[in-house]
Parts: sequence; structure tokens; C-alpha cells
Amino acid sequence: MNEAREAILALADGRIFRGRAFGAIGETAGEAVFNTSMTGYQEVLTDPSYKGQIVCMTYPEIGNVGVNPDDEESSRIYVEGFVVREYLERPSNWRARMTLGEYLERAGVIGIEGIDTRALVRHLRSAGAQEAVISSVNLDPDALVAKARTAPGLIGRDLVKEVTCERPYDWDSGPWRRESGFVRPSAAELAAAPAVVALDYGIKRNILRRLVATGFRVSVLPARATAEQVLALNPDGVFLSNGPADPAAVPYAIETVRGLLGKKPIFGICLGHQILGLALGGRTFKLGFGHHGANHPVMDLRTRRVEITSQNHGFAVDADSLQGKAELSHLNLNDHTVEGLRGIGAPFFSVQYHPEASPGPHDSDYLFGRFRRLVEEFPRHGAEALDRITAAEQSA
Amino acid sequence: MPLRKDLKSILLIGSGPIVIGQACEFDYSGTQAVKALREEGLRLILVNSNPATIMTDPELADRTYIEPMTAEAVAKIIERERPDALLPTVGGQTALNLAIELAESGVLDRFGVELIGAKLDAIKKAEDRDLFKRAMIKIGLEVPASEVVHSEAEAARACERLGLPLIIRPSRTLGGTGGSIARDAGEFRARVRWGLEMSPNHEVLLEESVEGWKEFELEVMRDMADNVVIICSIENLDPMGVHTGDSITVAPAQTLTDKEYQLMRDAALRIIREIGVDTGGSNIQFAIDPATGRMVVIEMNPRVSRSSALASKATGFPIAKIAARLAVGYRLDEIPNDITKKTPACFEPTIDYVVTKIPRFTFEKFRGADDELGPQMKSVGEVMAIGRTFKESLQKALRSLELGSFGFESRVLGMTREQAFAAIHARLVVPNSHRLYYVADALRLGASPAEVHRLTKIDPWFIDAIADIVRAEARISGEPLAPGALREAKAMGFSDRRIADLRGVAEEEVARRRREFGVTPVYKSVDTCGAEFEAFTPYLYSTYEGEDEAPPDARRKIMILGGGPNRIGQGIEFDYCCVHASLALKEAGFETIMVNCNPETVSTDYDISDRLYFEPLTFEDVLAIVEREKPFGVIVQFGGQTPLKLATALARAGVPVLGTPPDAIDRAEDRERFNQLVEQLGLRQPRGILARSAAEAIDGAARIGYPVLIRPSYVLGGRAMEIIADENGLRAYLEQALQASERRPLLVDRYLAGAIEVDVDAIADGERVVIGGVMEHVEHAGIHSGDSACALPPRTLDAATQRSLIEQTRMLARKLGVVGLINVQYAIFNGEIYILEVNPRASRTIPFVSKAIGVPLAKLAARVMAGAKLADFGFTSERVPRHVAVKESVFPFVRFPGVDTILGPEMKSTGEVMGIGESFAAAFAKAEIAASTNLPAAGLVFISVRDADKPALEPIARGLAEMGFRMVATRGTARHLNQLGIACDSVNKVGQGSPHIVDLMRAGEVAMVINTPDQQGAADSFSIRRTALETRLPFFTTLSGAGAAVEAIAALKRERPGVRALQDYHTA
Repeated sequence: MNEAREAILALADGRIFRGRAFGAIGETAGEAVFNTSMTGYQEVLTDPSYKGQIVCMTYPEIGNVGVNPDDEESSRIYVEGFVVREYLERPSNWRARMTLGEYLERAGVIGIEGIDTRALVRHLRSAGAQEAVISSVNLDPDALVAKARTAPGLIGRDLVKEVTCERPYDWDSGPWRRESGFVRPSAAELAAAPAVVALDYGIKRNILRRLVATGFRVSVLPARATAEQVLALNPDGVFLSNGPADPAAVPYAIETVRGLLGKKPIFGICLGHQILGLALGGRTFKLGFGHHGANHPVMDLRTRRVEITSQNHGFAVDADSLQGKAELSHLNLNDHTVEGLRGIGAPFFSVQYHPEASPGPHDSDYLFGRFRRLVEEFPRHGAEALDRITAAEQSA
Repeated sequence: MPLRKDLKSILLIGSGPIVIGQACEFDYSGTQAVKALREEGLRLILVNSNPATIMTDPELADRTYIEPMTAEAVAKIIERERPDALLPTVGGQTALNLAIELAESGVLDRFGVELIGAKLDAIKKAEDRDLFKRAMIKIGLEVPASEVVHSEAEAARACERLGLPLIIRPSRTLGGTGGSIARDAGEFRARVRWGLEMSPNHEVLLEESVEGWKEFELEVMRDMADNVVIICSIENLDPMGVHTGDSITVAPAQTLTDKEYQLMRDAALRIIREIGVDTGGSNIQFAIDPATGRMVVIEMNPRVSRSSALASKATGFPIAKIAARLAVGYRLDEIPNDITKKTPACFEPTIDYVVTKIPRFTFEKFRGADDELGPQMKSVGEVMAIGRTFKESLQKALRSLELGSFGFESRVLGMTREQAFAAIHARLVVPNSHRLYYVADALRLGASPAEVHRLTKIDPWFIDAIADIVRAEARISGEPLAPGALREAKAMGFSDRRIADLRGVAEEEVARRRREFGVTPVYKSVDTCGAEFEAFTPYLYSTYEGEDEAPPDARRKIMILGGGPNRIGQGIEFDYCCVHASLALKEAGFETIMVNCNPETVSTDYDISDRLYFEPLTFEDVLAIVEREKPFGVIVQFGGQTPLKLATALARAGVPVLGTPPDAIDRAEDRERFNQLVEQLGLRQPRGILARSAAEAIDGAARIGYPVLIRPSYVLGGRAMEIIADENGLRAYLEQALQASERRPLLVDRYLAGAIEVDVDAIADGERVVIGGVMEHVEHAGIHSGDSACALPPRTLDAATQRSLIEQTRMLARKLGVVGLINVQYAIFNGEIYILEVNPRASRTIPFVSKAIGVPLAKLAARVMAGAKLADFGFTSERVPRHVAVKESVFPFVRFPGVDTILGPEMKSTGEVMGIGESFAAAFAKAEIAASTNLPAAGLVFISVRDADKPALEPIARGLAEMGFRMVATRGTARHLNQLGIACDSVNKVGQGSPHIVDLMRAGEVAMVINTPDQQGAADSFSIRRTALETRLPFFTTLSGAGAAVEAIAALKRERPGVRALQDYHTA
């Protein structure tokens, strides 16, 4: 062990945790949240939805498998800071290419280890997610708490604009195989595939890969794209991506979705789902400490089947606000919050959780297939397409 | 889909006696299942031949059958009780095999009994190696290349195609019995033959060896609506090649990225669906090539298993309990999570600590057994430890084993560098039970982690962790012990004792400094959810961190110290007693606190006590809990030697020890003090001396006269106890045996050859002493009491002797001031009663006696220890049952090639069964059947007895002749029988050339073997006993045992045994 450099995590409500610095040295602020997934820290780090947040992993041993180029969910690390019980600087995995510490350091991301993460989690669970500061350069707790108190917070804050792509691009990389890495469809396959436009609010790569794997030709548009711009491409379907922070803070995205409703089959995930809910006239609200993990049970209310889902969100759609506008399709069995919506006589559906997993279980991958069928059926059956598909799925 | 309305009564099959590969984890799973199903209002019928189980407590199920686990007996139970369904998935391989037999023989159909949990097809698809392999290939998963063979010729052809090395896996055996790795043609031939013999259906899978690959397990659950969840992932520290039961394992998996873990999870879901396990838990094993990540499926258990017990304790998710509910119709989402209450059981637990399991071995019990590990399981128990980091949990697990290790002590002390390297190299390359210590030694001597990995194939991640510990050791021994450094060491799992050893100071000194610095443990909960939700069950472990989340309350509480890992001499019986103590004291209004580290047990079910501390049972760890909880009293009497060894130190530290004072325990154990006691009472004991040196022992033995019985004081299960015939034997013993006793003196006693041995269990409340039971051993004195069969009530003792035994027990209990349980062992020799030993604590026979007489002795004892009187419960006089109960032992010899099966003063059995009948013969017959001794009705009996036994042979031989058995004997014995006018042929000893007796046995011509060798003859006849063992022939190595067997055969020929519920014995 090298001589450890001290670091402090200070919460806005005054609670202090002392630990050791790892990754980059410096100071950072963000909303402190915890993630309960025991695997996939690299995917967590690179998930744009964590923009604005300091993430604490509940699993205590982190760094064990290092990092590798295939497990990135975007081109960079998005978490504002990383909190772990024990950082392991000697990874062991056949795919590992770098240590976690180096990875954070290169990206300038500040980590803290050696704190009682369970105590932190229990505190956030009861006191709620809140602003926090990690510093390995200023060790004055009072000053850090003061900084945490003045940090901006997530409510009403548009972080989408900071993570969306600058210009449109096409995506053609498919699912991961142990032997060969990511599979790419042939040009002929792509040419024959239905086209989908993915609106990028901070999209994870694995969503794009699952869309390709399901047989779509994918074009990605920046979050500010208007309905007219989307329709001008005449896609067969529109996908609304995940993303960070408060859905109510991105009125332009809500406006775009409103302009697409009923015109194109739509599938939304996470922030995309919330934006869809708002476009339908519903409300969203902030959860106490959010859902961040890979073990949340969600029930498909039509089939009564339970999926173990990957989740990462701090806001949720208010079920009551959508009465008559959409059907509640999926329910979280832990806290009974809305996990999915389905159009009533309209070709859209969305889920609050992450069917693309990464990290997490693959139980909900069927939703990509549902989207593909919806896109196929829509030209013939229009508004009835979704009901027909659902009926077919249930009888299968 | 809630509870099925068409099910009213369920038959549940337990797992029978404790054997290697099937320990008390199935009492845990069965007990959970019975409780869960009765809560649903179902009528539960239970069958298990093992009386030392909680599940066979008469108040647990509606109908409890302590009967042999045979298709014949279970069919009779089915006929009588007419259950709607049979749940075969919570009783281990035994229950599953029995269910297959009952289904295939048509019994289930005949009585309209439905198999729930797993259907016959699914069980077969998972268990039959060939069907399983085909199923895997069908769903696109890889398995190691393999072929199933049924004969040696088939095997030879398969070997040509597959190439060596090959793993040999017999079908349908427990814990990999008969499994091995063959590296050359000679090994291959011998091991295939053995494997074929071990498999009940003579089927062996020959499999491509993936030795050295990483090994993982997933615990999977499925409900009738096809919801599937993973409860726990487990990574084996020991790579492929070592049976998972013998491997050090860690939860959760440590070296998989999410992508790799999800591939494994996807595979597990596909597997459970393809195999078609309807509901409940399954265990699936995978191997991964560390270089490429290539994953192959190894096997699946379509039932709850040892690993699922571990997974339940590791996560707080009670797999068996949930599995039972799923089997009767519930869906996972309809069952609440006990711990969080607000969330459903349909989720995947996430843990925020690391769990390490280390197996416990007892190679020292089996002379001639090597401690190399392979595909066949050899461990008899295990410990689990929880820590916030792997290093902490690993070091806690090491000291939980109770092997005198408190950390990574060096195994090469005193060796030269060359010697050390040679020893380390040998111990690293071949997996063995001490390998981890040699990993640390190698690193200490400067080997690189990469080099250690190359030799062991242990994943570098684990080796690096041990390297961190070794580096920390250097700091601890070389630097001043500042508060920060001490805290860091404690957080890494170092015990005070280890820190003290490293610094060359006393343990108390480290403990004192620690308290001065305020470095004390905090306790955190096992809550299934990584603290995301509030936990309502205080299931706790210690760590050195900031927050203690379970401050004690101010109720009046009693703390019960458990028995630690199962081992020979200390097993499930003691856990049974601890559980009873907790239940009884809870009923009496106390808060109960359980401390234990054995994940297989019922006592570590968070449902049993008000608080569960999953902690090592060392002085330091126990005292830390006492100091925070401040209990009204601590019970050390019930967990066997483990807590008893702590009693004096705890009492000295001011801990209130309940019941019999620790000084009385010392008085019973300390030879000189005990002699005084016996003398004061005017009682008799075999002449004996306490020897503190070899010279004293030799001198003493000469004065006492040979043969002598010799043993170290304060040992369990007759460890290192031997009967010595002469001075040469004594010298040989002294040379090697002193190490087992940790420098304790040796006891040398006159050996009463041929004496009848008797065990008496009693309970005392300070005023009254009430006898629980008087048990007469079947085997004569000299065979460890834990290994001999015994009968209650006594079989041959007259009333006067019994009265005298009872009176002496009362005197001893009163004189010692016993409050609670006491066990006294006597020998009756030439009409005189001799006291062999007194144990003022729960004995191994308490559950057996409790079930034989229908009185829960451990419960009463616990209440008495907390201040109640026996009169309060109306238990003021002995209850002598009208029926006869026989306890018989089961042995693990078959696991240890090269080990003899002769019984002696050192205990070797792993478990016990009980037979209940109207007569001794009927009860003994049932007990033998239950112990899988297939008493023959006719055929050829081979007899070879030592000269001393010849006089007693006559009635046995006549009995056999009268029943129409033919006999064959070695020449001396045959001549002896012929002289008595008993027809008997003679056959060559092995040394006399073919055709000899072993040829005859291998040819299947012998039905039973009676062989009592003297010490010189033991080597000659070794192959006879081994052959009998391996070909599953009933064999008896004592004449008393053989005599009882002859009586039992006669009883069986008169009438096949019936079945009767325990509830009927005690209410009738």
C-alpha cells in the first residue's frame, strides 16, 4: 500500500466521512446517490445518466476486474465522484486493460475509498439523496459542508444539454460476444432494416447495440432535435433515450415528443420514459433516494411476469397524473412506483428501467423485440398496432 | 397463484444420518420447509432416520417417522398417511434418490402422491449425466467433452477417444463419492472400476479435465409462473479439480465483469427452464477458462443443497423456506422478504460484505488417509465468516475453524530456506487442506503472486489479498502499535491473538491496548439489500468501521454459544441442543442471542433466536459480544467442546456463565481433581495415572498393567485415544501423539477388556437429579461411545445394576453442583461398576434420549439453567419407555481409500440413526437398515475372529446355522467351529494365495462378514474389510455387534419391520 492521501466526503446536511483519495486528486461536487449492483462499476461510471452525481457503490470491493475498452457505456466517465469501501489496485480478469484508479485519474475523476459506505447508504436512505463534496485538497469539513450546501442540485437543472451529442450520427455496432467483441451487421442487413431515430438525452451505448441487435438501422439525433427534424428523416420508429437529472428541465425535448406522438411508433427508456409522460400531460416528481441497482423487481401487469431490472433514476412519473392518457404497464414491486407506460390507442410504450441492462440482468430485453414488432405493424394497423402485438404476446 | 387448494398433506423426506457430503444443512432446509408449510395450514408428514435433527422433534411436523430411509419403509408410511404430495427437494441427494425409487416403482402412482418441487423427468434430466449433457448442448451451452460408460470395457474405448487426464464422476452419488481424476492408464483402470462400484446404477461419466479453471456457482430459484431469480453467486478460491464442498468459496463472485456475470446468469436461467425444475432452488456450477473466459457448465443440483444453505446464510434469503412455499403454489412476488418486510421475495439479493466459507477436515482421525483434495468430497463440516472485505472475512474464517489457527501462522517455522521451499512447493502444487497457509509462506519467503498462481492456479485476486495480509503482518511485527495501525489491522481481520504472536506479546496486552485506543468492533446487519431498505431481523456480524447499526436493548437476555464447525465428535447433536435452549428460553420470556459460525446449522437461521451473531467462537469474538450485550447469562454447556473450552476464560473475565459452574467442568476434566472426587464419593474407576512426560507414562503403564487406554486430557471424540497392548506400542504412541493435545498431560488408564459400556444422561436443577436415560452399548468398552450402537432401555443389565448406575449418577451430579445436563460413562466389568468419564454438559446422546423417552431434555436443561426447577415442568422421575430405541453410527470410511474400518477408542463416525421397535432385536434391525447395512436373510457368512473372541463365537455361529446360513472361515476359525460341531468351510487368507476370501467376496458369493482381528492380524485382514466396505457387504468388526446382528436377522425373518410415528409412541 502506498502512503494514502486523505480525503473527505461531506454531505449538505453536515455528515462527514473521512477516507483515502484514489483516482484523481482534487475536489468535486454532486448529488450523492448509491448503487446496489455488485457488478458493472465501469458501466456505472460511464453512464451519462449519472451526470451531476457522486456515486457510492454498496458492494465494498471495487476495482477487482479493472477496466477494459468493451465495458464503456459512453466515451467518457460521467459520474462527478466515486465512493467505495475498498479500492483494489490489482485487478484480475482476462479482459482487464487498466486499473480503475488509473482510469479515474486519466479522466480527472475524484474517488474516495476506505469510508463506511454502509453508514453512508443508511444515511442517504433516511435523509434522502443530497448534495455532497469530495475533496482531497481541502480537508476542512466545515468548508466542504458549506460548499455542498451551495451546490446546484438536480431539480430543475438541464444536464441533458451537457451530455447529448453535438451532431447527428449513425450507429452500427451490435451485441457483444465473448470471442469476437461487438458484432457488426453487414451493409445488406443494414439496408434492409427498419430505420429508427434515437433521440440522445445521454444515451448508453448498449441501448444502441440492442437496437442494432434487434434489427434496426439506427440514427442518433441530439436532444434539441425538433419533431419536424425527426419527421423529415421519415424513420420507421423513434427511440427516446435515458439521460441525467430532471425531465421537467428539458421542455424542448418534451415539445419534440409531443409533436411525434401518434405519428411514429415510440419507445422510451428512463428519462425518455419520463419525457414521454410529461409530453402526455403527466407529472414527474423526485424520489427520496432513487433507484440505482440491478435487482429491482418489476411486474408486467398484463402477463403478471416479474422481471429483475437494472435501474438508475432519481425522478419518477406520477401514476395518477396519467389517468386516461396512458396505461400503467409495469409496476415496481418494492415501492409500487410507475415502471412502464403503454399508449391507449396510440403506438408508444416506455419503461422507467433499463432493458438494455449493462450493468444488470437481461430479463427485459424482450422490449426491444416488442418495439421492432410495433414498427413493423404500425404501417398496416396504425393506432391498433400495439394492442395487436400485446394480444399476440400474451397468447404466445 | 396463491396456495394450491388441492393439497392438504405433504410428505417431506429428510436426508438421514450425517455423512460427508450431507450434513446438517438439510436439517436446516427441512426444518424451514416444515415450518413454512405448517404455517400454511398443511398437514406435514416427515420421515428421517436421524434423531439428532430439529426436524424430527415431535412438535414440528404433524406426523414424524424416525424410520429407515428406504423405499420399503417410506411406502408403508405413504400407505398409512396418504399424503397428497411428496416434497423431495429439501432432503439432499438421499431424498431425491428415494423419491426417484418411489416414483419408478409405482408407489407414488398407486397412492396418488404427486411429486412437487421437481417432477421425475426434471430430476432425471438434471441427475443423469448423459441426459444433462444433451440438454445443455440443445440450449447452446458448452459442457466439457465427456462420455457416459457402464463398464470397464466401454470406459477403455471412451478413454481412447477423449484422452487423459480424465475426471471420473459416478452417477447419483453423494458429495462426489467415487469421483477422481485419472492421469495415466493405470490410475484410469483402477479408478473407473471404483467409480462404477460406487454408482448405484453403475454409471460413470468420463469428462475432459478442466482442472485449474475458475469455478463458480449460482443459486437459482424459480416459481410456477416461470419467474426466475439468482439468489447468490459463489466463486471458488480453489480452482476446478477440488470438489466444491472441499473448496474455500467466496460470495459474491469476485473476478467477473458484469458482461461475464450476465452470460452466466443467462445460462442459469436457460438451464433451469430446460431441465424443467418447476419450483424451488437449484444449484448450477460453471467453470471458466481464466485465459479466454470460455465458460462450460459442470453440473446442476435440482434441489436445495449445501451451497444453498451457504447462500441463504450469506444473503439472508431463506432459500428452503421460500422453495417450500413455491412448491405448494405461491409465486415469488406473493411472498414477502422476511428481512425487509415491505419488499417481496421476488428479487435478487445484493450484499455489501464478503462471505468466505472454509471446509473443516478431520484427516487426523483416519490414519493412512492423505489430505490431498480432489473431485470426491472429504470435509466433514465448514465455517463461514462475514467481513466488509475479503481479507477480513478470510481471516475471520480461519480462526472460526478452531484448528488452533488465529491467522496465517507459518507452517515452515524452524526449517531452512531450502527445506521450506521444498515443503511449500509440494503443498502448493497438489491441492490439500492446508494449502492457503503455504500460499502465505511462499509470499513471505519472497515468491511473487504470479509464481504462486502458476503453482496453484488460484486466481491472482485471492493471492494478492493474501499478499496484502502478509505485508500487513510485517508492519504489525515491525512497527509501533499506533491507534491507526491497530485499527487498520483489525479491519483487515487480524485477531488479537495473531497480532500478539506477531509482536511477541500476550493476547491480553493487545486487547488492553485496543480498548485504550477505543478500537472496538461495530456490528452490521445482513439484510439482503445492501441497506437500501430497513432490516427488521437482527442478523449481525462484526467489523471495524464507523457505524454500529444494532445497539443492544435493555431486555433480560441469555446468550448461547454454538458448536462451530461440524467435525467428527461434535456435530449436529450440539446444534440441536443450542436450538432447543434458544427456543425454550424465548418461551420463558428471555431475549436469546445465538453466536455461531457454522452456516449449515439450524441455530444460524435468523428465525431461531432474537439476535444472531454470525461470528467466530473465539474468546476475543465472544467477549466483544458479551461486553456490548451484557447478558444475564451465557450458556456454554450445549455447544460441545467449542464453548466449553472458553468457559474458564470467560468466567475469569467476569462473564456470567449459566448452570454448572466452570469450576465443576474443570473438576470433571482435570484428572487429579476428578480422582479426588471419585474417591470422596467412594466410587470406583479404572486404575489410571496422569503422565506429564513419556517416562511417567511408561512407568505408570507398567504399574497399572497392560493393556492400557491412553489419551490426552481435554479432547473431543477420543482424539488420539488408543488401546495399547505393550510397552513397544506405548513408545510408538508417545513418539507421535503428543501434538494433538496442545501440551496437555496424558491419561493412562487400565483398559477393561470386554466390559459392557453404559452411558447415562441426566438433568439436575441443584435440588433434584432426574435420569434422562440409561443406554447400554452394543459394542464393548474400548470402542468410542460415539461409534458404538446403544440401546435404551438397557438390553442385559439387571435391575440392581441399573439402580446402582442411577444412584452413582445422582451422587456425581450433586457433588459437582450440576445445574443442567450431565453425562456419565460407565464400564461394567466382572459385575463391578467403573466410572470412565463424567461430562457435566450436553452430550451427543441428548437428542436420541429425548426422542426415545418423549421429553425435550435440552429445553428443560436450558430452563433449569436460567433458574427454573424440574418440578415446574413435572419432570421429577425417569421415564422408561415401553419400546426399545437403538442408536447406530454411520462411518465415512468409504471416502478414505487405504483407511481401515476397525473401530477403537478414537471416534470415527460422522452421524447416527435411530431404530425404534418392540424388542431390542427389532429396533436394532431397523437401525442397521437405516445405517444402510443390508442384513441378509440367507447366504454365505464369512467369519474370521481373533483367538480371544473364539469362546463367544459359538452362539453366533449356531444362530446363523439355525437360520440356514452357510459359513466359511479362515482355517483357525473354521477348525474351532468344526470342533464345536458347526458346519463351516475354510478359505485362504489373502496372504495364502488365490482363490482367497477377497476373490470370493469380489465374486459376490459372500452375504455378510464377521471379522475381529487382533493387532497383529489387522494388516492381514485389512483387504477383507476394505473389500466389504467397497462392495457394500454388511460387516461386523466386533462380536458384540455380530451377535446383535444375528438377533436382528432372526427378527427380520420373523417379520418385516412396520412403521410408527413418534407421536404415537409417546401418547399411546
